[in-house]
Amino acid sequence: MADAVIVVALLLVAGSATAAVAVRDPARQALVLSVLGVALAVLFTVLQAPDVGLSQLAVGSALTPLLIMLAVRKVRRCGRTGDETR
Amino acid sequence: MHVLPYLVAAYIFLAGCYGLATSRNLIHAVGCLAVCQSATYVLLLAVGYRDGATAPVFSDLKPGSRPVVDPVVQALTLTDIVVGATVTAMLLALVLQIAKRHGTVDPDELRELRG
Amino acid sequence: MSRRLRLWLLAVGGAGVTALLVAAGLDLPSFGGPSHPYGDRAVRASLARHTANTIASVNFDQRAYDTLGEMGILFAAVLGCVVLLRQARDEHRAEPEPAEVARPVRRYALIVLPVALVTGIYVVAHGQLSPGGGFQGGVVAATALHLLYLGADYRALERVRPIGLFEASDALAVCAYLVLGLTGVLAGTAFLANTLLPYGTFNTLASGGIVPLLNAAVGVEVASAVVVLLAGFLDQAVEIEEQQGS
Repeated sequence: MADAVIVVALLLVAGSATAAVAVRDPARQALVLSVLGVALAVLFTVLQAPDVGLSQLAVGSALTPLLIMLAVRKVRRCGRTGDETR
Repeated sequence: MHVLPYLVAAYIFLAGCYGLATSRNLIHAVGCLAVCQSATYVLLLAVGYRDGATAPVFSDLKPGSRPVVDPVVQALTLTDIVVGATVTAMLLALVLQIAKRHGTVDPDELRELRG
Repeated sequence: MSRRLRLWLLAVGGAGVTALLVAAGLDLPSFGGPSHPYGDRAVRASLARHTANTIASVNFDQRAYDTLGEMGILFAAVLGCVVLLRQARDEHRAEPEPAEVARPVRRYALIVLPVALVTGIYVVAHGQLSPGGGFQGGVVAATALHLLYLGADYRALERVRPIGLFEASDALAVCAYLVLGLTGVLAGTAFLANTLLPYGTFNTLASGGIVPLLNAAVGVEVASAVVVLLAGFLDQAVEIEEQQGS
């Protein structure tokens, strides 16, 4: 029973990782990375690692996607003002 | 089942590497690097797992009543997650500077070093 | 190097790495095996030092030196970000426009903010007892502060977040970790040795010797580091823009 849960969690993580790499738009990739973070947190909890799951949930689902979206916004603004002054 | 987690970790790492090498956007490449890092976390925790064991935290468990999983790999992974996120932040700051100075974040257009 | 050549190189290299990883994976001890000698010894050592959370004991007691290195990486990454994201000479700071926030969002954010902050501090304080510790609690507390950005606007966040204070507390926390380690040297044992304070009663807040103190130092450091990081990125995304017509 525990084995089946671990296998399902592993497959979820593999699927979200593939999606995170396949999505080419960085803004959408940030959301998929958030899903990957949640899937990883589930996997870590099932593997009896609540400390690591807590850390991954806080960092991977909130912090990293937020930083990526802020970077995307800044790069878009840079590109836009560059086009206006050209 | 005996080797599935290790193979899944290898697959995630290779998928991240593929995304990193074929990326057309530096921010997407940084995200793929984060995927590579998560592959190492999966591998570490899979190495430390023990069948029928529970978490190595004794606040609600009498010590010695149940077997516990390996705490050393969990300690390694725990600090790695937070530190990996800050390194990702620094890489994104570098990408922002590149966007400002060169006007593009496409690695194919950045190949030549311009004076 | 043309794109096709690069893809061929990627394929060859990838095939080699795949072969090596699969061969290594098949040779590892089978998943879920019963033999973890290092783990058993770590659990025994943690129980001998009255620390209920074995992972906190490994991080802040048995391998505290490695955690010092991790704090160093964190500090260096934040330093790099602060330098890279500072306002350049050809940029100016534009006043952020106040945004309209829906009343339910504002109410929810302002109610949850103190709860989340206290939860973060709780997670840091109970790191040696239950799952948690400086790293997780620091991230939770730092992101809790940014609920103010969601519930109010950027200027409100700037008022409760004096950046100089957080940068100073980041540096002070790293120094505190080092000083706590040096007390071991001054007392005649080793750097970061856990012999200074009594081990205390198992499963209470004051247990584990030096572990709660190092936990607190790391918690302050991680929280300040995340606030400073997010401040740099938010400034770049919201306030700083290029001089028009330069």
